[in-house]
Amino acid sequence: MTTQPRMVEVRARILKENDVLARELRERFQQAGVCVISFVSGPGSGKTTFLEKLMGRMAARHRIAALVGDLATENDAARLGRACSQVRQITTGTICHLDAKMVAGALEGWKLEDLDFLFIENVGNLVCPSSYDLGEQMRVVLLSSTEGEDKPLKYPTIFNTSDVALITKIDMANAAEFDREAAHKSILSVRPGMRILEVSAKTGAGMQETEDFFQSVRAPATAR
Amino acid sequence: MHELSIALSMIDRIEEEAAKHSGKVRSAQVKIGVLSGVDCEALRFAWEIARAGTDLEATELEIEKIPLLVRCPACGKTYSPEIQALFCPECITPVQDILAGKELELTTLEIDS
Repeated sequence: MTTQPRMVEVRARILKENDVLARELRERFQQAGVCVISFVSGPGSGKTTFLEKLMGRMAARHRIAALVGDLATENDAARLGRACSQVRQITTGTICHLDAKMVAGALEGWKLEDLDFLFIENVGNLVCPSSYDLGEQMRVVLLSSTEGEDKPLKYPTIFNTSDVALITKIDMANAAEFDREAAHKSILSVRPGMRILEVSAKTGAGMQETEDFFQSVRAPATAR
Repeated sequence: MHELSIALSMIDRIEEEAAKHSGKVRSAQVKIGVLSGVDCEALRFAWEIARAGTDLEATELEIEKIPLLVRCPACGKTYSPEIQALFCPECITPVQDILAGKELELTTLEIDS
């Protein structure tokens, strides 16, 4: 008997497991009324400094928690821990991104109903996090004024899969000869209509506007 | 490089699907969109590492790269732009409606009967 191979149609998403878990997380977050925002960027764009300042500003009026992903060390969690008490580090070891399972595991023991915001700082990487849904309500991609204005063109997927672009270190823009118009243009060519915010965690420029924006994001979820 | 994580997820998916059928999986066909965040060459390399020592050690991976397909909201035409320029080439309207290019999908298995 000759063995004739047969084709079997499957049509399964490769990251089905992650997608299913992320959907469950999203439902949990919605039911608990917590606004979950994740932050992605290359290493050194100022994610931790920005979050530390943002959480410091918001902590008085909001109940905030944060998850921080890094390959190694708990330094960033210690830094964010200065701004708010509920911070957990996810050390991924050799894995270059967070996934829904890591997020679900890190949430254990936290009462989500008692939170207004949960911020998730992804591993510093502009490629790998783009494929993994974490169940977040909004994904923010950071680009600092000291990086090239064409970074969105070099890493289009992460910008396209994000909802908001945040240009950080805007106080350094002149020194770095940052071409603001070119940066906006390259962001909008990979993600037309994308909301762009500009901040300096150091001088505080744009921080109020960013805070107001995040509050407006949370508002629809709570007006149930 | 997260393609190794993707390749390991592929092994799970294929084994899960193959368990529903009898026979060895000769090859697996996947669709990878240009906007999926996965690099096809890196995935091929990762597949060699991921399949070693599993039941899929001899399974070939066939990747179909899916180009971007978008529809212009103004003129209604569909076209395949570069991912760095999501504008309609004719009327320059920004495009948000992505019809294809984000696939990360296991489509078929070739199974020996």
